[in-house]
Parts: sequence; structure tokens; C-alpha cells
Amino acid sequence: MIHPEQPQPESIVVRFAGDSGDGVQLMGTQFVGATALAGKDFGTFPDYPAEIRAPAGTTFGVSAYQIHLGAGPITTAGDAPQVLVAFNPAALKVNLPLLERGALIILNTDSFTSRGLAKAGYDADPRQSGALDGFQVIELDIAKLTADAVKPFGLSKSDAGRCKNFWALGLVQWMFGHEIESIEAWIRKRFATNESVRDANVAALQAGHAYGETAELAAAIPQLRTQRAKFPPGEYRGIRGSEALALGIAAAGELADRPVLFCSYPITPASPLLHRLAQMGAHGVGVFQAEDEIAAVCAAIGASYGGTIGITSSSGPGIALKTEAIGLAINAELPLVIIDSQRGGPSTGLPTKTEQSDLYQAVYGRNADAPVPVLAARSPSDCFDVAIEAVRIAIRHMTPVFLLTDGYLANAAEPWRIPDLDAYAPIEARTVDPARVQQGEKPIFDRDPESLGRPWIAPGTPGLMHRVGGLEKDVRTGHISYDPANHQAMTRLRAEKVASVARFIPPQRVEVGAEAGDLAVVGWGSTYGALYQAVQQVARTGAKVGLIHLRYLNPFPPNLGELLAGFERVLVPEMNMGQLATLLRDRLDVRPVQLNKVTGQPFLVSEVVAAIKRELAELSGAQRKPRAV
Amino acid sequence: MKAAVDRLTQKDFESEQEVRWCPGCGDYAILRSVTRALADVGARPERTVFVSGIGCSSRFPYYVETYGFHTIHGRAPAIATGLKLAQPDLDVWVVTGDGDGLSIGGNHLLHALRRNVGLKILLFNNEVYGLTKGQYSPTSRLGTRTPSTPGGSFDAPVVPGLFALGAGARFIARGIDVDKTGLGRVLEAAHAFDGAAFVEIFQNCIVYNDEVFSSFTSKERAADTQLHVEHGKPLVFGEGGSKGLAFDSKTFSLKIVDARERANDVLVHDETNPTLAQLLLSMRTPEFPVALGVVYRNPADAFEKVFYAKHPTQMKRTAKVADALRQTSTWRVK
Repeated sequence: MIHPEQPQPESIVVRFAGDSGDGVQLMGTQFVGATALAGKDFGTFPDYPAEIRAPAGTTFGVSAYQIHLGAGPITTAGDAPQVLVAFNPAALKVNLPLLERGALIILNTDSFTSRGLAKAGYDADPRQSGALDGFQVIELDIAKLTADAVKPFGLSKSDAGRCKNFWALGLVQWMFGHEIESIEAWIRKRFATNESVRDANVAALQAGHAYGETAELAAAIPQLRTQRAKFPPGEYRGIRGSEALALGIAAAGELADRPVLFCSYPITPASPLLHRLAQMGAHGVGVFQAEDEIAAVCAAIGASYGGTIGITSSSGPGIALKTEAIGLAINAELPLVIIDSQRGGPSTGLPTKTEQSDLYQAVYGRNADAPVPVLAARSPSDCFDVAIEAVRIAIRHMTPVFLLTDGYLANAAEPWRIPDLDAYAPIEARTVDPARVQQGEKPIFDRDPESLGRPWIAPGTPGLMHRVGGLEKDVRTGHISYDPANHQAMTRLRAEKVASVARFIPPQRVEVGAEAGDLAVVGWGSTYGALYQAVQQVARTGAKVGLIHLRYLNPFPPNLGELLAGFERVLVPEMNMGQLATLLRDRLDVRPVQLNKVTGQPFLVSEVVAAIKRELAELSGAQRKPRAV
Repeated sequence: MKAAVDRLTQKDFESEQEVRWCPGCGDYAILRSVTRALADVGARPERTVFVSGIGCSSRFPYYVETYGFHTIHGRAPAIATGLKLAQPDLDVWVVTGDGDGLSIGGNHLLHALRRNVGLKILLFNNEVYGLTKGQYSPTSRLGTRTPSTPGGSFDAPVVPGLFALGAGARFIARGIDVDKTGLGRVLEAAHAFDGAAFVEIFQNCIVYNDEVFSSFTSKERAADTQLHVEHGKPLVFGEGGSKGLAFDSKTFSLKIVDARERANDVLVHDETNPTLAQLLLSMRTPEFPVALGVVYRNPADAFEKVFYAKHPTQMKRTAKVADALRQTSTWRVK
């Protein structure tokens, strides 16, 4: 429960919720910008429905934006919100179960009509039924307050109603002690061409802010103050996962000094990346929207064959369609990056909800023995480095590379210390010595002994005309070969090539907690934030628990087995039914305990803490008893 | 290595690989016509790429001494599109078949054509699946008996040229595998076309569908069953050009007239007219001759040209990522 008189909490979790047309996502991103300027750390979670405009007032049309802000390190969007701004009964109904007991709820009363309540499925008004007992409830007719504020600008009733997100944002800004100038500036720029809308939104923002300040009401509206974060010195910005991925792809092109062709087919939740890259032409990035998922990966392969960095992106169902072509890139030994923004499945599943269930697909999901390196990003800003690393591996080893992200990462945001690009090594492709070409040699498959990568030779190069394809080729010449021993040798070579990636990657380290001891928590991808907080929390109590969070899923870092051997037990929390657990059993003969969640929602820190404590308790019990065989 | 100024011969375009089509396959003749055309148009091996899918025809790249990519079933147009975007100045040929291009890969062919990607697309039509041992294909005529259709096929075939026209192709031509002159002319025209050039080649499969085109390909009947169209020339065929095509305005269709008696009624070929192209591509034996040559040619900007023209920097790197990282509100922590 938030008490104004209490010392400032380290952090607060706020959630905005309303109809998908209420501008809740915009309100959230603007609040985040102001949070950053106020020097606070943050983590966000936009939670929006699959429908573009679901029927107004219904529970399935509720869109929400959750922000966790305060002193760092903040690595998640927070478990249970302590503040909820609900624009209608449906938003209240959907979000009430998530709230911390005693949370502050700001309700827009305008929509609490019998019709609005019925649409949300309320039999009785929750304000009277006792459903809100134990919460601090502030009822405001935000619609009317907004309408009053924007009256001078002569907007239609519906246009005026659209300003209420800014009124509410103004109020929230005041509650958190944030200034509103940066948001004003943003509105003026965004609506520069529409004067009345611009002025009305600014007026609504100011009115909401002033409402909080107004003396007689101040007592009713609590001020929420959190501590500021202690960031290492540097230049910072806010970053979303899809933005970081796009910038990372552009940076990889710059480091390789080659153009990038991004070939994609629209799919949720991968499309933001397509949209962002479409604006990055000045970085030598081209975007090709293909006729289908298969054409997208094929065009990327064609681009790579032509010496451009070919990248394709999709979500689970689309990746499934690309599978055969990925095998072609393996066989032809061409660089290719496949970005998979995972979502709930199988089939169409839960397009807007997050899941980590494509790990099997990435590692095992092709016909024949067809290994590829697989990487996963763990946070919005991490997407930048992982994108560069994926391109680097693809070019060094001349292989397709999987980059796993998910719907949560694509849309979540966090502060990011802007990296120094000069600190990144250039990405260099293997080339052919021109002197050898002069002598009539064609060393098309003259591999680097360490990476087994072949030279990247694009059509247009004189003297090196050759054929590649999907048929098995001679290990030496690259000509078609059906020779049994050759196929054995090539299959082994493809496996060794992917295994050789491990030679180039840093040793796995423990992120937080004990380096060895009772329990290793092993995770991958976007669960990083929740696992970090959970392990840190339990480790602070002196427990011998450590977090091992994997970026490299295939191959594993070479020291992973040794690291895990230092722990009594391994716990693998993941948003699937145990795919990393399978991989650990398969590759390292580790027998982990699983913690699986597939609700479409990220892990709560509390869920992971409970699992860690359960395992630790069991371990201490087991130590007292003789160990069962 | 030859110096770039050398005039290359047909032999220079033949690779050292042993050709592995069935003896007597029409593909041999096509290969010869293609390598000859490459030499005749002055193509450069290092600037030329053959991209193929899967099937007998798709073995083609192995036998040409250029760059080659033998890809996966049906996807050659998509891969070639990516290549063309990466390197718009390359000469990119797509070799496909009736199964590869019109069944599993129909979607990609449709989009390569309507986008007008600068590809020379050679569709070897033999009306059968050869590599998988003789099943009926999407161009097989009704009633075609094969191992998968022992009672005869019963789904209506697609006419490749009409498919291409419907897809928005801007160059549609036809040739016969063994017709050196006609096919050679078509290949040179395709090479010169700036955009997607769709060429249907009637190719005889000696093993699974022998003589399927003999109603118009046999030498004896050629005069009466082949109409070699030429832009601006009367649409005549038969011995000494005795027969001609005229338009029957009552039925909105073509009819055959005596070209000598009714010379004024004989249509003159206009390769830019899509309605005429549709009528010509629809003609079948025995009622009509089969239209061969460049049936439709109506140029528009090639996709890759527009792609580069519309791209803000023509794919060049003019900005630094270090600056892009700061194109938002930033703050300093000391």
C-alpha cells in the first residue's frame, strides 16, 4: 500500500488500462520518456489485444501499459501494480486481479454507466459491491474534466474525448513529480499540422497536471515519489526491443561494410522491426516485403548469395514456413539471419502474447542433420548486441543463424547507455586471394580452419564462376556428389562448423548470486529480468543460488557443463513446457527441475522466488536425510 | 582467364560437368540454344547467373559456365528477386518447369511477374513431372493417364501464357525446344527486355510424355500449326502464308481466313495489345495454330530499378549508426 507519509519506496509499478482506442499505449510511452528524464530506471510491458479495435467497453478489447520505475537496477515491468488508471469498467475488471492489495485505483467514472458495466460483464457496480474494498479508489469524471479543458478549441465530442489520455497523463505526471514540458513539446511536434488537436491535447495535459496541484483536492490525490536510479556515468536513452534490433542490424551492416536487405512478411509481433528498418535506408538498409514467408527467407538467401547481408524475420508460424529454405542456406553455406519474435502457439495461437516456445524449432526444427547456431536476446537493449553477434557468426561461419526474441522484448522498453560503436570489431568475410584466381584456381570451398567458414563469393566476381545449391556437394570441389563417404564427411563438417562457434564466444558467467553452491537458476531470453530480480532477492538472504542466463543456445558455451556441475541442483524457469530443459538433458546430461509458465504473461518475480525457495528447502531437507538413489 | 574484351563463343558457356538428362530429352536442345544465345548477345559469364528450382529443368545451372544456384522446389523466382535487389546489374535467368513454376511455385512466379523483376524466366513445359517419374502436372491436359491418375486427370490445366498475362507480365514469349531459330530469337528478345521476361518453352519429355506437343511441333505439320508472330507483321501461317487470323467482332474471337483472298481482314500483330495477346495465347490445335515468338511485350520500369530509385540512398550508407542511436531524447549521467 502506498502511503504519502512513508519514506520513498525504491520503485513503484503503475498500470494504465482502457479501450484499445483510448490511447493507453501512447500514454505509457510518453510517461516512460518523462520517467527517463526524471533520472529513474524503468521497465515496461505493453499488453494489448489482438484485435485492432475490439468492440468498445469489452474485456477483450482492453489495452494496458505497465511501467515499473524507480531506483535501479529495474529489470522487469514489475509484478503487481501499485497504481492503476482504469478508463472504463472493463479495464478495471481485467486488471483488478493483478493489483497489489491496497493499490491506488484511479477510475474514470464517466463510463461507469449501467451499459458500460454490462459490457464489462459486471452484474453490480464494483464501486458499491465491495469488490474494491481494501483498495484506495479515486473516482474522477476524466471525460468531463477533459471536455471542460478542451472546450475553447471547438473539437467535436469524439475528438475532445480522445484527449482524455493526456489529461490523465498530466495528473499522473504531477503525482510522480515529473515535469510535463517534454510531453508538451512532443504533442506540439506530433500534431503540428492540426492546430486545434494540438492545442486541445496540450490543454488537457496541463489541466490534468493542474488538477493535481489544486489545493483543495491535493489531499485526495497522493503524491508518489520514488528514488532515482544510480546509473553508471554515460549518455543514455530509452530503447524498445524492436528499435534495438533495427539499430543492431544497421550497426552490423556498418561493421561489415555491406548493405543489408531485410526481407519479411507482415506478422505479429515481428512487424515493428519491418517498419523501423523501412526508415533506415540511409544506413544502407533495404526492406523487401515479400509475397509470403517462404519468399521472404528466399529473397534474403538470394541477397546473401549476391553479397548483401540477407536477413529475414517472423514469428513461430512464419518461421515454420521458412524451414526448408533455411536448409538450403545451410547446404549452400550462405550467411543468413533469421529473427524469430516468438509468440504463444501452436498454430496461430496467441499472436500478441509472449512465449519462449520456438527453441525446439530453432535448434531441431529441420529435416535431416541440419544444425544452425541459435542466439537469444535477454532484454530490449540486449537486442542490439545480439543482432550484431548474429550477423558476425553468420558471416564468419557462412551459415544461417537464429536470433530468438519474443513479443515481450519487441515491445518492452528500458533505459540504455548508448554504446561506443568504435569498440566493436569489424565483421570480416573470408575472401579469396586474387593471385590464386589469376593462376586459374577456384578455391570456393577453401575453409577457414577455425570457423570452417568458406569465402563469400558473389556473382559478378571474375574467374570464380561456380554453382551452389541444395544437392549434396563434394567436400573439396563443391560439385554435386552422391558419394556415400562424402556425405558422411559433409554431414560431419556441417556439425563441426556449428560446434566451432563455441570457440569464438565468451565463457558463460554467473549473472548474479553464487558462483557455485546449491541451486543454479538457468534461463534464456526475455525471462532475464524476472530471474535476475528473483535470484538477487534470494541470494541476498545468504542462499547459495546463482543465475546463469544463456545468450548462446546452440552451441552452448564450452564451460557451461562445468559451471552447472558446481551446483547441487539446476532450476530452469521458461515460458514453455521445458525446451531448454530438454536441451540441457540432451547436450550436457543435466537433469534440471523445470518451472514452466505458458499463460502468455511474463514470469512474476514472486513466482520465481517461490520456486527457488521451494528447491532450496527441499535441498536442505534432503541433506539432512540420507540421499535417495 | 579470358580478357573482358574477348568475344566469347558458345563453347565458353558450356560447363565441364557431365550433362545428365535422359538421352533424347528436349532439354539438350534448349541448353544449346541458350548457350548460343549467350554468346550471340555478348553475355559475360561472371555477370550471368542461372537460378533454378527443382525438377529436370532445374539441373540447368550445372551445365552453364556462369554463376549458378540450384535452389529448392518452386522458390527460384523469390531467390532470384533477392539476388536482383542485391545486384541489379547482373543478368539473372530463372529456369523452371511446369510443376516447379506453376504448381509448388505458382505464387512466387505470379509475384515476380506482377512486380516486373528483371529476370529472364524460362519455363520448360513438358506437361508432366519427370524427375518424380511421370505424375500429371498442372499443365497436363484433361484425361492424362499417369501413375497418380490411372483413370485420367480430371482437373483443368493452367495455360502458362495466360497465367503470366493475368499476373501482369509485360513480356510473354513462346518457343519449341528443337526450334533453333524461333527459340534463339525469343531468348535474345528476353535477354534484351528490361523487366520480367516470361518464356514458355514446349519441351518434349521422351520418357514420360513423348510427343505430347507433336500436333504442332512435327516438321510435316509445322506450317499449318505454328504461327510465328512478329510485331507489325500480318498474323499469317500455312504454306506460303496462305492462312491468316481475323477478328470476329460478333463473337469477340479469332477466326481463320484465306490470307490471299481477304488480306485486308488479316490482323497485324501488335505486341503491346493485351487483348490480342490473350486471344493468341488461348489458341489451341487442331482448331487453331499455336502462337510462337514474342506474343506480348509492353515494357514498364523493372522492379529493381524502382526499388533503387525509391530508396533514399540507393542502398548506400550515408549515415552513421552512432548518430542514429542519438536520434531521440537522451540524457547524461555524471
